[in-house]
Amino acid sequence: MVNWANFISQCFNGLVLGALLALISSGLTIIYGTLGVLNLAHGAMFMLGGYAGWVAYTYTDSFIVAVVAGSLFVMLVGVVVERLIIRHFYTRPHEDQLLVTFGLGIVFVETVRYFFGSLSQTTPPPPLFQGITNLGFMIYPTYRLALLGIVAVALIVLYIVLYKTRIGMIVRAGIEDSVMVDSLGIDVYKVFMLVFGIGAMAAGFAGIVNAPVVSIAPDVGEAILVQTFVVVVIGGVGSFPGAVLGGLIAGEIISITSMFNPGYSYIMLFVAMTLVLVLRPHGLLGVAGRE
Amino acid sequence: MNIKRPYLAELLTAVALILLPFVLPWLGFSPSTINRILIWGLFGIGFDLLFGYTGLLSFGQSAFYGTGGMFAAYLLTEAGFDQVMIAIIIGAAVTGVVGYVIGLIALRRTGIYFAMITVAIAEVFFFVEFNPLSAFTGGENGLPGVPQPQFNLGFTVLKFNTDWSMYSFLAFWYFVGIVVALRIVRSPVGAILSAIRDNPLRAAALGHNIHGYKLTAFIVAAIYAGFAGGLLATMQGFMPPDAFMFETSGQVVIMTAIGGAGTLFGPLVGASVWLILADFFQNTLHLGATWKLVLGIVFVLLVVFLRRGIVGAIVDLYRLATDRNGRAEPEAAAEGAAAAPFDPSKIEPMPARQRGGASTSGPILKATGLSKRYGGLMANSDIDFSVEHGEMRGIIGPNGAGKSTFFKMLTCEVQPTSGQIVFEGRDITHMGVTDVCQLGLTKSYQINQLFDRLTVRRNLTIAALGETRGKFRLDLFRSLRSVPGLDEQVERTAALVNLTARLDTPVSELAYGEKRRLEIGLALATSPSLLLLDEPLAGMSPRERVETVALLKSIARGRTMIIIDHDMDSLFELVEKVTVLQEGKVLVEGTPAEIKTNAKVQEAYLGGVHGEMA
Repeated sequence: MVNWANFISQCFNGLVLGALLALISSGLTIIYGTLGVLNLAHGAMFMLGGYAGWVAYTYTDSFIVAVVAGSLFVMLVGVVVERLIIRHFYTRPHEDQLLVTFGLGIVFVETVRYFFGSLSQTTPPPPLFQGITNLGFMIYPTYRLALLGIVAVALIVLYIVLYKTRIGMIVRAGIEDSVMVDSLGIDVYKVFMLVFGIGAMAAGFAGIVNAPVVSIAPDVGEAILVQTFVVVVIGGVGSFPGAVLGGLIAGEIISITSMFNPGYSYIMLFVAMTLVLVLRPHGLLGVAGRE
Repeated sequence: MNIKRPYLAELLTAVALILLPFVLPWLGFSPSTINRILIWGLFGIGFDLLFGYTGLLSFGQSAFYGTGGMFAAYLLTEAGFDQVMIAIIIGAAVTGVVGYVIGLIALRRTGIYFAMITVAIAEVFFFVEFNPLSAFTGGENGLPGVPQPQFNLGFTVLKFNTDWSMYSFLAFWYFVGIVVALRIVRSPVGAILSAIRDNPLRAAALGHNIHGYKLTAFIVAAIYAGFAGGLLATMQGFMPPDAFMFETSGQVVIMTAIGGAGTLFGPLVGASVWLILADFFQNTLHLGATWKLVLGIVFVLLVVFLRRGIVGAIVDLYRLATDRNGRAEPEAAAEGAAAAPFDPSKIEPMPARQRGGASTSGPILKATGLSKRYGGLMANSDIDFSVEHGEMRGIIGPNGAGKSTFFKMLTCEVQPTSGQIVFEGRDITHMGVTDVCQLGLTKSYQINQLFDRLTVRRNLTIAALGETRGKFRLDLFRSLRSVPGLDEQVERTAALVNLTARLDTPVSELAYGEKRRLEIGLALATSPSLLLLDEPLAGMSPRERVETVALLKSIARGRTMIIIDHDMDSLFELVEKVTVLQEGKVLVEGTPAEIKTNAKVQEAYLGGVHGEMA
């Protein structure tokens, strides 16, 4: 029968995974919303973050440095890729954009494999958060608790950037109508480059803070990408609140189903996605017509 | 197209398949590589019909490839069935059914949503294969011991147990696959699929049930994938579980893009390039695992620089080489036609088809209490509007008066907030744009909605097909040329809109005025009994306006038309009665003479347009 202590700890796992998926999906969704490009290399960005952080960690032994270096590196990769390649695809069909980002994903994964091999690598959690914590009603790994806090803070920062700053206002205006933003005298290409960088950084940041929980390998991004798609379909494309809500829902579905039988977690996720598609085709918090 | 050489592609394929075993080994291909290329090529034909022709990019084809292969392999091993070919066909059929169910879900959305949903669904198949169904599929071990095909012909038994005999077996099925696909592409369904790729909204507005056709393409692609999966199982003697992996879906996408989407042969070429490069990097250059990195870079470069893939580039080069002399001619012809005064009144338009609507007496269209609210904005409020059979009605009104919204409600592109629309005695208020077009009511758009990558002839054909075939018909193997009355309909419409000389020109190469005329031609080719024209004269030169007014007069014979335009001189010359809209309401209705002198109308246009709508 259901073991309640186990159930509660799975719910917590779901919350952590959900928060993580929410962060990655917000990155994907703001890129799509603003640039109109679905970045199939987003999972690879997550993976790159993990590896960049791991490399920084092996040189400095500092988790903080690893997080900062990993995030900045992925942001840089995002900006460079946008400037060199993605920019030439804004006027091309969606299908071409999918193809090129898909190809870029392969290049990233295989580059990492070339340098670091296929074996998985682990980054230990920072000393402060090692071990386990007794919460009274259950005992839980300290780092996972911390991770929940870290990701929540990251989401709040992203929220503040998007909703409380000038640049965020421009980005949100760009999601509504990027042509209009352009004609208002704002260099929309600069904004696009920044958004791609921020979106990639969200995935990269998630990759490095998650590395102490799940060890990294060149193909970790693939499963994450699929889950991110489900999150975005459930939440609604282009919607930041939708990504957060969809992320939490998906995280809980995966974790709770895994308690009974991990093999069914994807099936349940798929059932949830289908239900949303049938009942609310534009996603829970999506807006009709934004495609 | 290849009208003079109808079976050229088929013939060349057959010759190539016969010659390949003599040529390819010489280039360094091993027979097993060639066999794998054929399977990918066949898998890719279905994918190309879905992606290249219909514009639906699926990243989940592995689900069908794996399902077909697994099903056939299970029948042949665990279930003890011994007819290899029948097992493969059953596997493909089962895949078709699975494709139908999955298509119902995935096709609820288009574009990137479709891509994401197919990825997710394929991942589910992967997990189902590995976990809940592992008792049947062998889980991560796959199903070994799949027999090779053999046919007992009575006097001898045909066995396909060597690489080269397997080649002949696979080449035969590849040939069958390409012949079937070419038939589909040349059928009315094929024409409609390409219309859906270029402009799904207009395809639907021309009376085609695009959802049904998309589902058809999805199922056909699934069947091809399932069949190829079955061939893979028998070729390898083993059904590998990694057929279900995302990488499989990715590879068929990559191969098709490299070879050229929308060419049918692209996947075969792409597979050849991909597999021989993989062999070359691994075995000759000893790159080890790095080969995928190199191929990834090659792929990105190809997507960036070679948009239509290898086959597409060859076709373009061929056109460039052969069209040098051919190109000048139609342009000269067009010039000639433009110089001669164009008189559409001499051309008899196709009659408006009677679609069994109610009596011809009484109004053809009657709208009562029609309102449309967008949030806080009443675009249309409480409009009563009625048009008699054979009437020419004009609608005018200042910008923002709600004219286009009104038209969109009449053609059922948007649902009214309240009110009722009756067309030829039928209540059409809650119908869709496709059904309404089938009833004989259609519209030419204010902003051109054409099929840009297709020729003028193809555009008009697609419009005419909606009328001759109904909204959905699965004539997958019928030649376009055998559809009765189609050519006549296309050519008469082209003559009417003065585009006869441009019939074989792609729409993207037309001048603006020509595109405007084609826009009207598309609506006209559906033989509507009620034709709505949303600003047909917009953006035309004075001379084009005169010609278009003559055209409109000519096509008005035997049908009812409602025209929105800002060019009042032209409009008043055309129509018998004018309805003036202002701020979403009917301001006044009357003959052109009455409207010209009406004080309210003058006030609306010249005086202050007060308040809310500004």
